[in-house]
Amino acid sequence: MTAGGLSIRGLRVVFDGFVAVDGVDLDVAPGDIRFLIGPNGAGKTTLVDAVTGLVKASGSVRFGETELLGRDVHRIARLGVGRTFQTAALFEELTVLQNLDIAAGAGRGPWTMLRTRRAVPDDVAFALEAIGLAGRRDTLAGTLAHGQKQWLEIGMLLVQNARLLLLDEPVAGMSHEEREATGELLGKIAADRTVVVIEHDMDFLRRFARTVTVLHAGKVLSEGTVAQVQADPKVQEVYLGHAAAESEAVEA
Amino acid sequence: MKALTEMNPRLRAWLGFGLGALVLFAAAPALLSDFRLSLLAKYLCFAIVAVGIGLAWGRGGLLTLGQGVFFGLGGYAMAMHLKLADAGPGNMPDFMELYGQLDELPAWWAPFANPAFALAATVLLPMLVAFGLGTLVFRRRVRGAYFAILSQALAAAMVILLIGQQGTTGGTNGLTDIDGFFGYDLDDPVNQRMVYFIIAAVLLGLLALTRQLMRSRYGELLVAVRDSEERVRFLGYNPANVKLVAYVVAAGMAGLAGALFVPAVGIISPALIGIVPSIEFVIGVAVGGRAALLGPVLGAVAVAWAKTALSERFPGTWTYLQGAMFVLVVAFLPGGLASLWGMVRRRRETPPAPAPVTGDQALIKEVAV
Repeated sequence: MTAGGLSIRGLRVVFDGFVAVDGVDLDVAPGDIRFLIGPNGAGKTTLVDAVTGLVKASGSVRFGETELLGRDVHRIARLGVGRTFQTAALFEELTVLQNLDIAAGAGRGPWTMLRTRRAVPDDVAFALEAIGLAGRRDTLAGTLAHGQKQWLEIGMLLVQNARLLLLDEPVAGMSHEEREATGELLGKIAADRTVVVIEHDMDFLRRFARTVTVLHAGKVLSEGTVAQVQADPKVQEVYLGHAAAESEAVEA
Repeated sequence: MKALTEMNPRLRAWLGFGLGALVLFAAAPALLSDFRLSLLAKYLCFAIVAVGIGLAWGRGGLLTLGQGVFFGLGGYAMAMHLKLADAGPGNMPDFMELYGQLDELPAWWAPFANPAFALAATVLLPMLVAFGLGTLVFRRRVRGAYFAILSQALAAAMVILLIGQQGTTGGTNGLTDIDGFFGYDLDDPVNQRMVYFIIAAVLLGLLALTRQLMRSRYGELLVAVRDSEERVRFLGYNPANVKLVAYVVAAGMAGLAGALFVPAVGIISPALIGIVPSIEFVIGVAVGGRAALLGPVLGAVAVAWAKTALSERFPGTWTYLQGAMFVLVVAFLPGGLASLWGMVRRRRETPPAPAPVTGDQALIKEVAV
């Protein structure tokens, strides 16, 4: 396994007897953009929850050489694991700049915390440019457009200096142009990071996925490049059986 | 008004503090009788508690329904020292002699004979208790209504404890008949006035401290924790620590307020620190505007003043009026009276489209009034 990659072995998450994730093995190399797809209830978000420490899980999740399971959420975050949520979770009463500055500051000492921010830190300024919100840095995050909120979330992962990015439906509800811009942004930031994306949008997947893992009922159903996964009869069967609408997208 | 909003925030702050000092140190003593001035001293003590609640509740989302506990710890620490000083070296406070249950001073009273210890205890003791409680509670992710109920239960427990230990705490009567304040006779109006000035100065000092806390990076993080605790955790912070700081600072302020309340009013008793006074602290803050810097201060003073004025004229109806006021503010003006200022300003602004604001102005809006 390459240093800095994500390596999951035998991951199992059980809620009150219901097995949400059932023995998943998954390897994502640095620089990869891995898409996680699967019908509703396949365990995609639960898997991300387990990796980030939100839900208890058994098995092993290693990022680089470090075991993540059993650590607190904020400790895992400090190891360089960042995530976004299906619905953008920003600090709506704070400005874009304040959101980014908080994301950048988990390592700050008490003295810095107790003082007022005098200038925009370099990494924050860089992220503002990267996500195209430099002109809106003093806008309250709650008043941003939907797409801009998702970008701000990604920007927060950048300044947080996350090496492993777990994005939960980053382009849901976005216009076509916004999806393109988001995809290009992902391509840029994946160069020196590991990116995992949960996504339902098949057009977006075809354009920007480098590899794909299909989950079904808590297990890995298929894995490979977009073409390999699309050609897999098991995948077609699951999608036909569970979600007719999505199956068209897969076959198209 | 427009010129005021565009002013450099630092200049605005200095002007604000100058104005506050003018009102508290020149206008109030010149215009108010000794009696009214001593009432104002009492209100300003409540205002100091309110500044802390504004930080913890308004910015941190911690509905502290039990600030009376910390107010009481500070008050009792100060009163114990003053009672011992009144009694003179080697003697027991008068109420202990009166009840006659004790042959000698309890061991835990003894250190309070030392003025430095007692003064430090008025602030550090409440902070220590808040630290212990906050560590337990926040790490276990107790929040919202559960935190509020827990903090209120603590106030009830403290009152029961004080009343139960009548021999050493004065029971329901509390610690009364305090005559001296570090060698000064509190019956002398000149010394009463001095106590008022000390309280006013402490209030202004704590306002300056709180303003800095609110404007600092910590202040921004505190708002972030209030609005989305889970998200903050995913950024690598432990929200428990962030909340703990605000809670402990608020407790220290309440303790100091309690300590200053004793020379201003001459008494500390369970009735002044229980559930009802604890809720009254919060009502003042809610009415004034919990998230603003000055909102809690003005609200606390206004509600306490209204209580005195109305209960002088219509005894018995005050409780209902207070309840109605709280309900009205919570239902129709969640930002408190302080948010009226922002509403008026927004209505005057033309064009109505949101103008691009600079970082400083955005901060003013937050710290507004």
